[in-house]
Amino acid sequence: MDKDLNWREFIITRAIKASGYSAIVFVALIFIFLLREGLPTLGEVDLSTLFSVRWYPIEDYFGILPLITGSLIVTLGAALVAIPFGIGTAVYISEIAPRAVREVLKPLVELLGGLPSVVLGFLGILVLSPWLRTTFDLPTGLTAFTGSLLLAAIAVPTIVSVAEDALDTVPRSYREAAWAIGATHWQTIWRVTLPAARSGVMTGIMLGIGRAIGETMAVMMVTGNAPVMAIRPGSLFEPARTMTATIAAEMGEVASGSVHYHTLFFIGIVLFLISLAVNVAASSVIFRSKKRSERILS
Amino acid sequence: MNKLVIENLSLQYADGTESLSNINMDIAKNAITVLFGPAGGGKSTLLRCINRLNDLTDVETMSGRIMMDGEDILNPATDTIALRRKVGMVFARPVVLPMSIRKNLTYGLELAGEKRKSKLEEAVERSLKLAAIWDEVKDRLEEPAIALSGGQQQRICLARSLAQQPEVILLDEPTSGLDPISTGKVEAALQELKKDYTIILVPHSVQQAARTADYAAFFLQGELVEYGNGDELFTNPQEQRTEDYVTGRFG
Amino acid sequence: MNRHLSQRLGFSLLTLIAIITVVPIISVIVYIFLQGSPAISREFLLAVPRSGMREGGIFPAIIGTFYLTIGTAIFSVPLGIAAAIYLSEYAPDNAWTRIIRLAIINLAGIPSVVYGLFGLGLFVLFLKFGTSILAASLTLSIMTLPVIISTSEEALRAVPQSFRTVSVSLGATRWQTIRRIVLPQGLPGILTGVILGLERAAGETAPILFTGAAFFLPRLPGSIFDATMALPYHLFVISTQVPEMPIQIQYGTALVLLIFVLGMNLIATVIRSRARARRQW
Ligand SMILES: Nc1ncnc2c1ncn2[C@@H]1O[C@H](COP(=O)(O)OP(=O)(O)OP(=O)(O)O)[C@@H](O)[C@H]1O
Ligand SMILES: [Mg+2]
Repeated sequence: MDKDLNWREFIITRAIKASGYSAIVFVALIFIFLLREGLPTLGEVDLSTLFSVRWYPIEDYFGILPLITGSLIVTLGAALVAIPFGIGTAVYISEIAPRAVREVLKPLVELLGGLPSVVLGFLGILVLSPWLRTTFDLPTGLTAFTGSLLLAAIAVPTIVSVAEDALDTVPRSYREAAWAIGATHWQTIWRVTLPAARSGVMTGIMLGIGRAIGETMAVMMVTGNAPVMAIRPGSLFEPARTMTATIAAEMGEVASGSVHYHTLFFIGIVLFLISLAVNVAASSVIFRSKKRSERILS
Repeated sequence: MNKLVIENLSLQYADGTESLSNINMDIAKNAITVLFGPAGGGKSTLLRCINRLNDLTDVETMSGRIMMDGEDILNPATDTIALRRKVGMVFARPVVLPMSIRKNLTYGLELAGEKRKSKLEEAVERSLKLAAIWDEVKDRLEEPAIALSGGQQQRICLARSLAQQPEVILLDEPTSGLDPISTGKVEAALQELKKDYTIILVPHSVQQAARTADYAAFFLQGELVEYGNGDELFTNPQEQRTEDYVTGRFG
Repeated sequence: MNRHLSQRLGFSLLTLIAIITVVPIISVIVYIFLQGSPAISREFLLAVPRSGMREGGIFPAIIGTFYLTIGTAIFSVPLGIAAAIYLSEYAPDNAWTRIIRLAIINLAGIPSVVYGLFGLGLFVLFLKFGTSILAASLTLSIMTLPVIISTSEEALRAVPQSFRTVSVSLGATRWQTIRRIVLPQGLPGILTGVILGLERAAGETAPILFTGAAFFLPRLPGSIFDATMALPYHLFVISTQVPEMPIQIQYGTALVLLIFVLGMNLIATVIRSRARARRQW
């Protein structure tokens, strides 16, 4: 009986440990398969072509710069919208809102984070882009900016959620000390609470923007998908095409093993490395030691 | 007759504090041995050595032996599961498990593979009676244990460790959170229990130490200062430090 | 300027920002309900698409999303919970554990379309599963894993340490303690996390684009090696790839997808609040 128990315990423990390590295996597998399918590009396409300004695969132009700038401008636009709204909402929820409002607001914002991006893209096509076209008198409503607005909607819940948690963990005593020396509530928020929660708020911003760079469907549906260099300020109100949208739109049509196929995987490597960098940077804060605070019963 | 023989026991936690230094003690069967002294003296640490619960904490170094019926329980090869069934423990804060009163009591037995209903029934009734709480809960065994008062919960915890019919019972300030009436009930129960068990108690006050001790050991910063017969130690201590403490002139 | 005036202005601005953030969320949901509900009918829900998807229903897409969600759950739930148990109950505080945590954070951040590439490379081509429910579910599982692991670990850590100490002191092994105390107590939290993870999987399009989604399939998939229609991909297709698509069908499809996802969200919320009310610690 006890022998039996030992064996079960041994096997279960091993299985649990293996599962624990699985995350490492998957990250490695993903990277390996991206490299395996993407690196051949470097032998097939001149570097000068790869880093040129023309993406036109049918005629063997594989310049990824327009896609990179497309991703950047759409993300930049999203950040410009999402950061003030994300932080503003987080501050409102954690510092100003009455309790009852807060209880409703937070789940609601988190609900937005759960909305499928294709639903946002769908409304982007049918509602947002016609509205933008007529309001700003643009030739087309399918622009980088339209994508930015949708991406902002996708980034905001992440920013709010992480930043609000960070604001929430600022000890009450900090605020009370500020009030005690006569600071107004408003001054306290700007001079004490936000600075104290700075690293958590930054993490939220980075994770939110990380989500925006990686977002695919919504962007693909509303940005017009023109692979042009987006380097002027006006580019924000013209069609653009992101790296993610390019992969999603073209992978279905290429022959596996072709140059085009390898190049799309190469773009995948670029995306992977960007997300790796963003998340490693953001995680340095998340790692506040997870040690248990509770001591053994005594 | 000695149940436990502690030889040259020293222990250091990872943060560097020497919590026990060179302890030597014989602990008698069928008696209440009291470990007392100021906070941080190492009493809880010693209790946790006896059921190897210190395995869960970050102990840096440990040396010496604790012999129980002739076997060293600190030996790494010791079956700690079997040991903990033989050595029950009651903590300062009553922690009932998040289940019914009955399930709390049968938890240990079911872990050990006991499935017979009659055995479990019998253990529930016997242990609740021993812990002097049978009358209070016999009609509400299926209710969540958390619904009981603190004093009742603590006696449930005592009953829970008795249900496995241990040989040794360790109690770490079991009455620190209880009112005088509940405290009296627990103390009375212990006096009954010592006929069949070896009891090691960390009391929550010198008065309780004096009331309950058959043997008493005074701990000060990891050191066993004085150990002896309870009546003698409290009325006529040999060491100045012990005297200062029991007469309240300490500090 | 008067300090109190500036405070009043500041608060109004923040309130306005919060309103601008929240009102669109509610409007989106309400708008889709209003526009989509006329399309909902028995036929719409239970028939296959006809006339180039411009008529008939979306039954295969509903079932497909259902299959993919179940498939994802089969792989990711046991693995995710086990990994969470490892991190919460076994993992020592060392470099390997930090690497595991870093890996989980990275998994959570990898763009969904990159998961699609990976699934194409590993499951579809290398393992030769083809574009199939199996390949798509596996891809979605790995994407969902970090969500399930993080939320479950949090739920397990919330279980008071004293329960573990008491259980061990009563002669329980580590696994017995987990099985009988920690898991049951953490279960509502785990369930909430699992559902939120699956909710995300159910709504995703990019990872299944090249691993298992079918443009049009007028029947139900016959095995896990068949491709399948799915609600999010179908919505993408009918709103961008099919000319002269009746608007009602588009809104109807969006509504069904929304109900699927919001329904899961609602279940998670209910589980969470009920467990809070019932908690014994
Ligand atoms: N888990 C632990 N990790 C590190 N150090 C510990 C741990 N438990 C106890 N100590 C340290 O060991 C010393 C002895 O502690 P112990 O709890 O054994 O004392 P005690 O006599 O039971 O005190 P009290 O009367 O306060 O319960 C103290 O200095 C304490 O800080
Ligand atoms: Mg103690």
